[in-house]
Amino acid sequence: MNQWTFVTAAYGLAAIATLGLVAWAYLSMRKAEADAEAVKRRP
Amino acid sequence: MHGYANPARFLKLARPATAWLLGIGALLLLAGIYGGLAVTPPDYLQGETVRILYIHVPAAWLGMAGWASIAAASISQLVWRHPLAAVAGRAVAPAGATFAALCLATGSIWGRPTWGTWWEWDGRLTSMLILLFLYLGYIALASAERERGGEGRMAALFGLVGAVNLPIIHYSVLWWRTLHQGQSISITGSTIAPELLWPLPLTMVGFTAIFAAAVLMLMRADLARTKLEARLRRSVAE
Repeated sequence: MNQWTFVTAAYGLAAIATLGLVAWAYLSMRKAEADAEAVKRRP
Repeated sequence: MHGYANPARFLKLARPATAWLLGIGALLLLAGIYGGLAVTPPDYLQGETVRILYIHVPAAWLGMAGWASIAAASISQLVWRHPLAAVAGRAVAPAGATFAALCLATGSIWGRPTWGTWWEWDGRLTSMLILLFLYLGYIALASAERERGGEGRMAALFGLVGAVNLPIIHYSVLWWRTLHQGQSISITGSTIAPELLWPLPLTMVGFTAIFAAAVLMLMRADLARTKLEARLRRSVAE
């Protein structure tokens, strides 16, 4: 198999893992902070 | 450190730090990956596959540094009862697990063309796999304790005991000389040719900054959830 296939697979996995982690952390943070703010504003 | 024991003070610092870490991390990563894929020459022995080095080594470093952070947070929680220590431990664990898994996956992909096998029960590979399982155990234990409303002391003890695996991973290539290569980078120098080595510090610092940003965001999420739960409890009591 071409060596670049292995390099591409490794970099693709790294991109998915890193972007996935950052996106999950960001969405968790935004949701938790929005929920906390909504309860704070509740009369 | 105790100056940031107050979550409000921590949040004041964490909000701008998250954006800076993400920006700096992305820039360094892009520069390092460009250098590693397009500028450095192929290795005389491994050919193009040597380029996996620029993601595999940072992933290994962050997998281990993540658990070292959990151990430090555990000491801080058990000894000084730092209010953010358990929050930090819970936030570091998924990020550390991600990079430990990435280290194993990229190592396996690198191993196939280099060693002729995807996996071998070698000392370094096995101890790294144990680290991934430790992360999964810590995540399960810490979330269970949080849901029960506990202080996270069991998870902290688990974090401390699990740190025993870190020197085993580090010295595994010396204790069991099997398939994984020995240490090629140390404080005193490196056996890697300079023309191949230079993108590595860029991706190391870049991935570390992204890791730190993800941990800060997860800590902010955890603190916001705690605040929400406290408000809900208060409103039910009233």
